[in-house]
Amino acid sequence: MTTSLIDGNSLLAVDVGAANTRAVLFDVVEGEYRFVAAGSAPSTAEAPFRDVSEGVRNAITSLQTILGKPMLDANGGFITPSQPNGSGVDAMVVTLSAGPTIRAVVVGLLKEVSLESARRLSESTYARIVETIGLTDHRKPEQKIDSILRARPDLVVITGGTDGGASRSIQKLLEPIGLASYLLPPEKRPAVLFAGNEKISKDVKSLVGSLSPSLHFSPNVRPSLETEDLEPAQRELARMVINIRKQQIKGVDVLDLWSGGHILPTAYATGRMVRFLSKVYGAKKGILSVDIGASATVISAGFKNKSTLNVYPQFGLGENLSALLNYTSLENILRWSPLDIPASVLRDYLYQKSLYPSAIAATLEDLAMSQAVARQALYLAMQSARRDFPRDIASIKPTLTPLFEPILAGGAILTGASHPGQGLLVLLDSLQPVGVTTVILDQNNLLPLLGAAASQNNILPVQVIESGAFLSIGTVISPVVSASIGVPILRGKLTYENGVEARLELKYGSIETLPLATGETGKLTIQCLHGADVGFGPNRGKEITVSGGALGVVFDGRGRPLDLPADTVRRHELIKKWNWTLGGE
Amino acid sequence: MQAPVNHIVGLTSIVRERLLPIEGTVLARLNQKVSPNDVIAEAKWSREHVLLDIARTLHISPDAADRIIQCKLEDHLKAGAEIAAGRGLFPRRVTAPRDGTVVIAGGGQVLMEVGETKIELRAGIPGTIIQIIPNRGAVIQTAGTLVQGVWGNGRIDSGSLVNIAEKPNGMLTVNRLDVSLRGSILLACMIQDSETLKAAADLPVRGLILSSLSPTLIQQAREVRFPIMVTDGIGSAPMNSAAFKLLSTNAKRDITLNAEIYDRYSGARPEVIIQLPTSSEPTLPNETEFFAPGLQVRMRRPPAFGMIGSIISLPSGLTTLPSGLRASSAEVKLENGEIIIAPLVNLEVVG
Repeated sequence: MTTSLIDGNSLLAVDVGAANTRAVLFDVVEGEYRFVAAGSAPSTAEAPFRDVSEGVRNAITSLQTILGKPMLDANGGFITPSQPNGSGVDAMVVTLSAGPTIRAVVVGLLKEVSLESARRLSESTYARIVETIGLTDHRKPEQKIDSILRARPDLVVITGGTDGGASRSIQKLLEPIGLASYLLPPEKRPAVLFAGNEKISKDVKSLVGSLSPSLHFSPNVRPSLETEDLEPAQRELARMVINIRKQQIKGVDVLDLWSGGHILPTAYATGRMVRFLSKVYGAKKGILSVDIGASATVISAGFKNKSTLNVYPQFGLGENLSALLNYTSLENILRWSPLDIPASVLRDYLYQKSLYPSAIAATLEDLAMSQAVARQALYLAMQSARRDFPRDIASIKPTLTPLFEPILAGGAILTGASHPGQGLLVLLDSLQPVGVTTVILDQNNLLPLLGAAASQNNILPVQVIESGAFLSIGTVISPVVSASIGVPILRGKLTYENGVEARLELKYGSIETLPLATGETGKLTIQCLHGADVGFGPNRGKEITVSGGALGVVFDGRGRPLDLPADTVRRHELIKKWNWTLGGE
Repeated sequence: MQAPVNHIVGLTSIVRERLLPIEGTVLARLNQKVSPNDVIAEAKWSREHVLLDIARTLHISPDAADRIIQCKLEDHLKAGAEIAAGRGLFPRRVTAPRDGTVVIAGGGQVLMEVGETKIELRAGIPGTIIQIIPNRGAVIQTAGTLVQGVWGNGRIDSGSLVNIAEKPNGMLTVNRLDVSLRGSILLACMIQDSETLKAAADLPVRGLILSSLSPTLIQQAREVRFPIMVTDGIGSAPMNSAAFKLLSTNAKRDITLNAEIYDRYSGARPEVIIQLPTSSEPTLPNETEFFAPGLQVRMRRPPAFGMIGSIISLPSGLTTLPSGLRASSAEVKLENGEIIIAPLVNLEVVG
């Protein structure tokens, strides 16, 4: 059953996360699509419920209570289309990130070429690579078979060979995959995606086809050595992931039915939206979206000619948290904390939080730990994602974060903070943006939902985004400069729409703000000092138009890369001061 | 709002599915009474494979190789058994390198499973077989005390429970372990050092029930050969009073410690089962509850982490917590009389 959303007026969008499920209603108000309201409930993918549709019904019930509009019938069925009595909704889309991390085996020819593409492709979804098989792998065939059997993969991603290029080598690599699949019970055989040399698709079908429950083909991710095109394969992979989830989690099939097949992995839907935004609004700078959730941290960036999507389950704040120490140290996490917390307490926190991913910080100490962990996880995710950014993008220094406009941020740790300044400081510390950028919080987790709706109804996302459904924190000015603490590095003059002026001198090591309300714009005259660069060149200032937000215009004078004081007492004082400047207590 | 439930129950019906990891033979019969150590199913499993490329070895085509391969699917071959031989004055031979079973023969190749081992599935809990799951295992029902935990090392055993923890925050150290504890399942609360865990393994004990385990000991705890269950968390938390009370009052009874690895998706949890004689079948515990005044709950996070309390009220709307975050919360009276506000997502129902 495929439903077109083009004719539908109202759209129910549901996001099933690892910890929370949200139901959001979009409807036409005064001739334009608007975000109407959102309801939420704990997710129910896990035991004892083990049925995601339960959590979805609860989230829709919560939305019904807010709106006084029935959307479920007496039997818990979805009412569609809208009824004359006001009940029901015209269409539904679903995004899904709940579920165990998908175990992936990647197969390719050369480490730096096709295997790298396979890695990037697998990283575009909620997968962890558990085995890699390449041309330079000199293990015996039986060792590869045993290794695949031990890895218990849900998914095999095969790349390799340019179109019309190598075929025998890739066929040889497929042999252990086919044999291992044969040895597995039919219900445990992995889904296989072939995204390599299209010429050997027939051979792939004969070698693996009868042994895989679902063999999918996509256009070659490496049509030539110099070209990489992941997007079609990502689209195919997104479909496969939903099919894998249908096998793993009860209720996904119900959501597939309710949404008429409009169900996507959350990260893929976010990536699609970022691609869409970079096409519609894209300028010289890139567009960046970060989402730090329980199941994964997702970094999606859209540039002029390329977009990237990286999903890092290992940097999620849920069940994988106890493994974070495989990638970082307790000291590196604690550097972000404003409180003196023993390393052993933080270590216990990581393990305990991985047991109860939905738990939230009720005490100040827990809050300090949860935000410190979020900073480090997002920092690590951003460092990893940067490897895949194109080389010819706008930046002040190639070693720093590229120039982005805007930065969209989602995830309960950011959007649920007691004050927008807390979320902003987490973003400034971990992403370390440079130059001039607008920071926007996706408070209702709308971005992936709009991404899911975009292919069916491309008016809805644009109208919803322009309607102010997202919370603008404001414009952030982050000069790149090397100076001593306390040295003035920038002077700013903000001229409001009513002609009133506000001035500010930014000293190295500090954060300052100038108020500018949401919806207002102002003229900001920037004068750079001491070689500071905000994207116009060292010491070069400019008058720019800035838009307001919850915190107005924020000046981050702490330098890039951010270098926190080694002295613990001094560092704690500074973090508290920065937090206080941004509206915290 | 629906609430997760952690079972800590004095008397309840307990129904557990016991399954082989792979297909095998079920030995148990319907309605059979079983003891924890009874083998109810078994399977053969090979952890290694050997691929013999006959065509390549004999320098012939795969089709030609297929014609001279002397074994077929599921043949059991002894090491040295001839699989194929070439032609000519000095024919090359391909033989089985190890004892094994042929799992694929074709395309000029032979794939053998080698290193076969037998997997035995024990009942794990005393009770009655109420359902046979063909080729995989059975469902067992019993009645008794059930205490679930949050972490297990994947092992299972049964034996006599000995309480060597005088209080819920007792610390087990090497000097508390002596030969009189050999073969017992110990209620021991906290362990913080590697030497104690090693000493327990050297005795050996038959199992450990801990309130908490230091994160540094997780790998060692996974490797020991006896079951270890943690009731409250990783770190240094005392045992919640409900679990401690039930377990300590059942000392000297025979118990089953199934330290199953916690799987949030399947619902598998480590647990202690103590079979009790009953005149009538008790009811099954609820798997979910709705938060409501009067329910007994356990705190999953600070403040009062691990403490048991009862819900006094559920304030409407969102409550601002000491951290500044706002969440649906409950007013909880702790067992020490203190009243606190806790977010619902940090609570689990005990019962």
